Amino acid sequence: MSGHSTYEPKSGFTRWLDKRLPIIRMAHDSFVAYPTPRNLNYWYTFGAMLALCLVVQIVTGVVLAMHYVPHINMAFASVQRIDRDVPYGWLIQNIHSVGASMFFLAVYIHMFKGLYYGSYKAPREVLWILGCVIYFLMIATAFLGYSLPWGQMSFWAATVITNLIGALPMIGESIKNWLMGGFSVDQPTLNRFFSLHYLLPFVIAGVVALHVWALHETGQNNPTGVEVKSKADTVPFTPHATIKDLFATALFLILFAVFVFYMPDALGHADNYIPANPLQTPPEIVPEWYLLPFYAILRAFDFNIGPIDSKLAGVLAMFASIGVLFVLPWLDTSRVRSMRYRPAARQFFLIFVVVCLVLGWCGGQNPGRVLAQSGDFTATLRWVEGGAVSARAFSAPSEEQFDETAAGMRETATTEGAAMTMVSRSNATDARMMSVVGGTPQTQTVSARTIEALEEAVQEAKAEIGARAPFFVTERASPMAFTVTRLSQVATFYYFLFFLVLLPLLGLRETPGRVPDTIAKPIGGQTQEAA
Amino acid sequence: MATAPANNAHGAETRRDFIFIASGAAAAVGTAATIWPFIDQMNPAADTLAMSTTEVDLSAIELGQQIKVMWQGKPVFVRHRTPSEVDAARRDDYANLKDPQHDADRLLQEDGQPGRAEWLILEASCTHLGCVPTFVTGSSFGGWFCPCHGSDYDTSGRIRRGPAPKNLVPAPYVFTGDTSIRIG
Repeated sequence: MSGHSTYEPKSGFTRWLDKRLPIIRMAHDSFVAYPTPRNLNYWYTFGAMLALCLVVQIVTGVVLAMHYVPHINMAFASVQRIDRDVPYGWLIQNIHSVGASMFFLAVYIHMFKGLYYGSYKAPREVLWILGCVIYFLMIATAFLGYSLPWGQMSFWAATVITNLIGALPMIGESIKNWLMGGFSVDQPTLNRFFSLHYLLPFVIAGVVALHVWALHETGQNNPTGVEVKSKADTVPFTPHATIKDLFATALFLILFAVFVFYMPDALGHADNYIPANPLQTPPEIVPEWYLLPFYAILRAFDFNIGPIDSKLAGVLAMFASIGVLFVLPWLDTSRVRSMRYRPAARQFFLIFVVVCLVLGWCGGQNPGRVLAQSGDFTATLRWVEGGAVSARAFSAPSEEQFDETAAGMRETATTEGAAMTMVSRSNATDARMMSVVGGTPQTQTVSARTIEALEEAVQEAKAEIGARAPFFVTERASPMAFTVTRLSQVATFYYFLFFLVLLPLLGLRETPGRVPDTIAKPIGGQTQEAA
Repeated sequence: MATAPANNAHGAETRRDFIFIASGAAAAVGTAATIWPFIDQMNPAADTLAMSTTEVDLSAIELGQQIKVMWQGKPVFVRHRTPSEVDAARRDDYANLKDPQHDADRLLQEDGQPGRAEWLILEASCTHLGCVPTFVTGSSFGGWFCPCHGSDYDTSGRIRRGPAPKNLVPAPYVFTGDTSIRIG
């Protein structure tokens, strides 16, 4: 796509340089003469913002590293010192922390754009995969950076995430200790996190260079998903894309500035202003907003899957949710690139976007929070009034035969006319059985909105009945409850369904709309005014 | 015809092949040997490993109290259990447990000697994701509750409800005297 170079050195020096290092030629071909599809919309301006975000994070980060102290006793105070004492430290620190959020905001829009317009499809698979690599590195960098202020959230997020690695069978524990440099998150951990947090942005910059290289090799995709066919389909990057990118970036910077100057902490968590304390866990540990969807997927698995326990299943699902993006080019079977011409796929895509937002919401909630409940918790108390009560101690011959013996004892008592029996076990083989003969069986049902309230109501009811009942048999029933965890499960299911089932099937089954022949010529055959 | 030069070539290249493979192997081993120190340096250092035991004086802990001590940088619960907590723990040996274990087995000292029922020594790390559970008097199972994701543990530190897969892990300890223990 790069085609023939149109650069012509104008001065003696540039002619001299062009023969030795054609760097100006490369820049000219990549960012001035580079042909871009003429129909790019504003969703295509986020790449430029992301480049800016990376530069901003590196510049502010290098400056912060001049004042930050990576020591468990001084890290928290050194960040406070940057905010209060270092000239313009407050500004630079705010830009860096808000910048992380802005970076992720832009990258998510950039990714959804790629998903919608099919920018991952041939021949742009490598371009897409490099983007996924950048995203993964961004997550790693953000996680490492979040631990550096050494507040409560920093410390506990680092603890929770390193513990995730420990979920791997056999080798998990050794890898965990290797990562932490000890048996817990401590000085060695903080020190290396600082070192790696400084390193990774430069790795990202390297992969960005590959990403841009791959982009310029295949050419940009565009909202129609139709490949560029002639010069009529394109406009030069400068001024068209340059100015459009600059305008969109200016709007983006306004939002950026609003957060930096008016609500720098709005996107963070208040608990991170408490110095890290390994002896006390904050009431709830939540990651930064941009990682909440993955946290929800992690916590959605509260059940074991065969030999895989719930914790490992959650970890695997979380990594799979990012991993699935890497193989997306081979999951989507559709021959039509842009969802603009795939009415069915577009509906499922919109649901997918909502599902991602729902996952983000779930990640920030208490997983046990009940969203809907089919009724009340109920308990039925049964007792016998006025019968003859007898207690009998018994022993089973061995621990294994206890259940059998107890059942036998109950049966004997029942055949002897007992209306109710209760066995209370005191150790492996010994137990005491209470039984009541005659009298009048009574029942009472109590109900309450929550399980805690139910237990209270049961205690109250028992106290009220008091000595009239020698003992109670209580049966509890829980209503169907739809909790945040259930919602996360539904959303997680859809997340994977979309990639693993819907995209492969839709490509084979759906009837796409009519795709225009060229970018310049929209459907209906009206000619656009000449370029 | 085709085989003769091939044979010749083969005969001529035997020494070369050997040198090629040998130098390749040496380079591979050398690379691995060079990389290893850069990987191993991240493992716990000697001073970190040296701080691996903690002595605790039990005489100051009243009945029904617990203290948190640091062992290997991690908090450990040392709980002085009341008789009713001990009873509850033993009674529930036969309850419906997610990770069945008898209370007595959880008290075993590192040298295999039985522990003392009133002293329970546990790593203060929820087996779900490593938060520090809180001892909540009057909680559903009378023991610890993890504020992060709501795991409920009983008076023996066994998981009873919630997402944690396992019981709280007993810390390795031995009684070094009537009122002192060594953890680790």
